[in-house]
Amino acid sequence: MSATTVAGLAFAVSIVVAVSVSFRPLGDYMARIFTSPSHTRVEKAVYRTVGVDPEADQTWATYLRSVLAFSAVSILALYGLLRLQHHFGHPYAVPQMPPAQSFNTAVSFTTNTNWQSYSGESGLGYTAQFLGLAVQNFLSAAVGIAVAIALVRGFARSRTDRLGNFWVDLTRCTLRLLLPLSFLVAVIFVASGEIQNLHAYRSATGLAGGAQTLPGGPVASQEAIKQLGTNGGGFFNANSAHPFENPTTYTNWLSTFLEIVIPFALCRTFGKMVNDKRQGLAIAAVMGLLLVTTTGLLAGAQLAHHGTVPTAVGAATEGVETRFGVPDSAIFASTTTATSTGAVNSFHDSYTSLGGAVTLFNMMLGEVAPGGTGSGLYGMLVLAVLSVFIAGLMVGRTPEYLGKKVGRREVTFASLYILSTPAIVLTGTALAMSFAKERASMLNSGAHGFSEVLYAFTSAGNNNGSAFAGISVNTTWYNTALGLAMLFGRFLPMLFVLGLAGSLARQHHVPVSDGTLPTHRLQFVGFLTGVTVIVVALTYFPALALGPLAEGLR
Amino acid sequence: MRATVRQYSAALRLLLVMTVITGVVYPLAVTAVAQIPGLKDRANGSLVYNADGTLIGSTLIGQSFTDKDGNPLRQYFQSRPSAAGAGYDPTASSASNLGPESIVDVLPDPKNKDDSGTQHLLTLVCSRSKAVGELEGVSGARPYCTPSGVGAVLAVFHAGPGYAGTVTRVVSVNQACPAAPFLRTYQGVAVECGVFGDDYSRGQLVAIRGSLHGTPAVPADAVTASGSGLDPQISPEYAALQVARVARVRGITDEQVRSLVAKHTTGRGLGFLGEPAVNVLDLDLDLDHRYPYRGH
Repeated sequence: MSATTVAGLAFAVSIVVAVSVSFRPLGDYMARIFTSPSHTRVEKAVYRTVGVDPEADQTWATYLRSVLAFSAVSILALYGLLRLQHHFGHPYAVPQMPPAQSFNTAVSFTTNTNWQSYSGESGLGYTAQFLGLAVQNFLSAAVGIAVAIALVRGFARSRTDRLGNFWVDLTRCTLRLLLPLSFLVAVIFVASGEIQNLHAYRSATGLAGGAQTLPGGPVASQEAIKQLGTNGGGFFNANSAHPFENPTTYTNWLSTFLEIVIPFALCRTFGKMVNDKRQGLAIAAVMGLLLVTTTGLLAGAQLAHHGTVPTAVGAATEGVETRFGVPDSAIFASTTTATSTGAVNSFHDSYTSLGGAVTLFNMMLGEVAPGGTGSGLYGMLVLAVLSVFIAGLMVGRTPEYLGKKVGRREVTFASLYILSTPAIVLTGTALAMSFAKERASMLNSGAHGFSEVLYAFTSAGNNNGSAFAGISVNTTWYNTALGLAMLFGRFLPMLFVLGLAGSLARQHHVPVSDGTLPTHRLQFVGFLTGVTVIVVALTYFPALALGPLAEGLR
Repeated sequence: MRATVRQYSAALRLLLVMTVITGVVYPLAVTAVAQIPGLKDRANGSLVYNADGTLIGSTLIGQSFTDKDGNPLRQYFQSRPSAAGAGYDPTASSASNLGPESIVDVLPDPKNKDDSGTQHLLTLVCSRSKAVGELEGVSGARPYCTPSGVGAVLAVFHAGPGYAGTVTRVVSVNQACPAAPFLRTYQGVAVECGVFGDDYSRGQLVAIRGSLHGTPAVPADAVTASGSGLDPQISPEYAALQVARVARVRGITDEQVRSLVAKHTTGRGLGFLGEPAVNVLDLDLDLDHRYPYRGH
């Protein structure tokens, strides 16, 4: 085994160890955040200013309406900010952003997708970056966590129609969790070389005499929440490959760790809140199993460098930074697509066909292994409900999960959840492929070009935000279509999750009997993993076969 | 209705409060901390100045060490190929985004003197390998590359559908006429050179690996563009390849150059993070400082 492979393995193991160590304390801390009866002084001031009663407990419908109201206002505000950004004073020239691109960007950051059809260093001013995008980096992550917590309360509570208070969940998540952690990380990032300034762009005369313009910006503060909140929208076009965004192998390790630490720890929060920590551990085990497997496959494919160009080169180094190398880049590619982050430290479009297929597959899993902040947990819990139902059909018993009966209403919500994202992804891809003008946006031809389009809609529909970046998506059609895919891909699933939470909360807990399927054992871990993979395979196999598989098997 | 209005007004107010906290107070607080001595230089971009105070660049951002026409300056270690703008343009950071089977070029239009066609990834790799090989005095040969430095790719036409039946015609698609094809015959059929505008899409694409075995003399990072297009570093292998040329041009020993390379090489973080790498700007600056170049 080469030194590179050994180092890559050690990198992966160190991430697993770090996530395992933080699982318990962070998970317990988050459980305290969402169950504590008392408010801090700052929070009380916030509630007074906002005019909400923090003690009011909301029904699922009110909770949903609050989520939608907050997101709608966020999209409008961000749209306005982007449209007007060129009027704010900047130390450098900032262009006006066109309507379709502003819509796309506003939706993108509000839905925790962070798909970018603009280039940060030339298309955005500092004001839009930190008053708009960075704010939504915090809030969209907090919204996802809030919805997940509402679903957990649906399991934990009984005979009630109340799921908690969205305004309180959002505020606490931001102030008690995301803000302090981001501050800490941002300072570490600055100390490692990430820039944090409000300077004008500087002109340099290179050693060989060539001119170079060096950008500035409040990068480290944005980078911290970009990774921690599974956002992924880069300050610069090159995202986490840019040396100002990810300068060293240490920042790269930390960035990888931050993408998955909250999604995994939320399983512990879930276990703690439903009063059965083993249930949380089982869910985390499924996520971990899937993530380790796909990461292994991805890194393996990249190291084997199958394909014409990678063979000619002798390594899959196209689009890869020297300091990170192939294995650490592959691990990042896996964690970024398995969560809803979508940051990239290397460019997936140039990956080997099979490596690229794994990044697509990760997103197609619905981003549940471990998924985005909050969205990963609620996605996996919906799959658990579905798995229990399927298992119940097999043995002919009434299915139940965590003492809640999975009846017709619950399965309806779960099924709608499972179907909504693939419908968006496949419809969008089919539409784009049927128009000559939209097909012309591909950079690469043939199967790889199709993969670029499929990747774009998979990324948007699943709120990931990474790209096979060769495709030119800054057109009115793509900005609008992908914007709609992000919008529906975020809020349709949330609607079904909260509906499910509402109907679960109304039930009383059925006591465990001999007929209850234990959902904390290895058997269920295996079963849930199987259901997750089979659902994806059945939905997306034809599309994958037309794209990366056709390319890789040529 | 009133409930809805109340909800939207709460949403707007919460957004404003959070914008103040996370969009103003937070970034400014981090910026304030970043002004502490020790952090300040890093927060400002790890900038490098020369003796008279002009800004040379950033130690984190790669540069081109070429003349105005893009030819490498032989006294300097060279950076990797770059897809950022015209090369190492920090206002346009970018990767090439070309895929692993990006192997067919668009040939130049002979009627248009300014048209140089579009080189796809395989030909880019092959031509860079050839150029670096020539610069450093080693073989630039690679699998799937012609000796002329383009992708060795054939379009093979068959008599029957489904690429079945006898071979009727073979074209070397990346070699524009009147170039001599890298293969004289393929399966008994004479290989033709490529003609601008001809449609070869019905032929089966066959890349010819060639007989080269073992590791090519020109390392992988020397022929591939990085993710950012601003990669400040090269691999120790690529640096080692350039040592003899830099030493010769500057009139110093290989050993002197090698020890400077070692000084600007960073190993894996903690022994296992990332890959060893050599910072090119730091190295070239140090070379100019210690062993100034006097020739032309």
